[in-house]
Amino acid sequence: MTVSQARFREAVLDPAAAVPPGLQDGQRAPAGNRFSVYRNNVIVSLTEALQTAFPLVAKLVGGDRFSRLAAVYVREHPPKSPLMMHYGVDFPAFLEGFAPLQHIGYLPDCARLDLLIRQSYHAADAPPVPAERLQCAPEDLVTLRLSLAPAVRILRSPWPVHDIWRMNTQEGAPKPRPVAQDVMIARPGFDPAPWLLPPGGACWLDCLGRGLTLGEAHEAALAETADFDLAAVLTLALQSGALTDPTTKDG
Amino acid sequence: MSNTMKTVAIASAVAAAMTAQVTTAQAASKEKCYGVSLAGANDCAAGPGTTCAGTSTVDYQGNAWTLVDAGTCTEIELPAMADGTAREGSLEELERDLPA
Repeated sequence: MTVSQARFREAVLDPAAAVPPGLQDGQRAPAGNRFSVYRNNVIVSLTEALQTAFPLVAKLVGGDRFSRLAAVYVREHPPKSPLMMHYGVDFPAFLEGFAPLQHIGYLPDCARLDLLIRQSYHAADAPPVPAERLQCAPEDLVTLRLSLAPAVRILRSPWPVHDIWRMNTQEGAPKPRPVAQDVMIARPGFDPAPWLLPPGGACWLDCLGRGLTLGEAHEAALAETADFDLAAVLTLALQSGALTDPTTKDG
Repeated sequence: MSNTMKTVAIASAVAAAMTAQVTTAQAASKEKCYGVSLAGANDCAAGPGTTCAGTSTVDYQGNAWTLVDAGTCTEIELPAMADGTAREGSLEELERDLPA
């Protein structure tokens, strides 16, 4: 083969581009058809990867429309890494600027939810904080620091993303309410799942993640949400294995 | 809120959360159960010949496991072995039904 990688790459991603000259088949004849097959396979396989990676978006947009949308995305944003499990990080931002789907305002945040669930799936394991760590004197609780598990992700959305996710993944789920929703993604066992956070919960978790104490995080959450319910968020965080003990971190 | 009030608020929230956790954590947990999976249907296992999911080569292979609801492992009904010995699932790796 006597064609540069740059030229080959350019032609693979542009359906209108001519077959790069210099490509030959086994009999030293020009490999026009073979290149077309290859070019098609690249786009189809990346489209399928994107569809697997963004199940909620694919469901909302619909199969055919998603394929056309994906064909535009994969050509504009071909993989930067051979690790396909990370492919599509630019997809939410791409959707924000994609004029034909501007009318579905919540779509970029749904893509973010899909992406964060996938990141959570691939994050490192971490043992949840043992109950004994929380069984201490009230004064010590205030100064206690907890960390977020590597699989925890938080999404704050002006859209009811959790309701939209539920309606599209669970049988008989209620219709989305017209409210803003904060979501925590955690992975208690092997599979990540999104949980709806009560008001102030995202702020509280974010504070813990930044290394603040339970007392400081509580105060910050109260400042944002006057009727912040610590017990509700803490119950959720413990049940979903979202909290770890920074003092026992072994990497 | 005074500092004491804040401390009390945090302590009572922690107590409430811990109580709630104890009741639900037990219901949801899964455990590894050895020796119950059909050939090729194990979740994962260590040991020669069975490096990961779906690689067990013998039915009820003793060193292959399947995730089951906690507490149900030893109650799974399994056919007896060729010599009539009863088979039981186990939370520990077993020596029986290993690939030749």
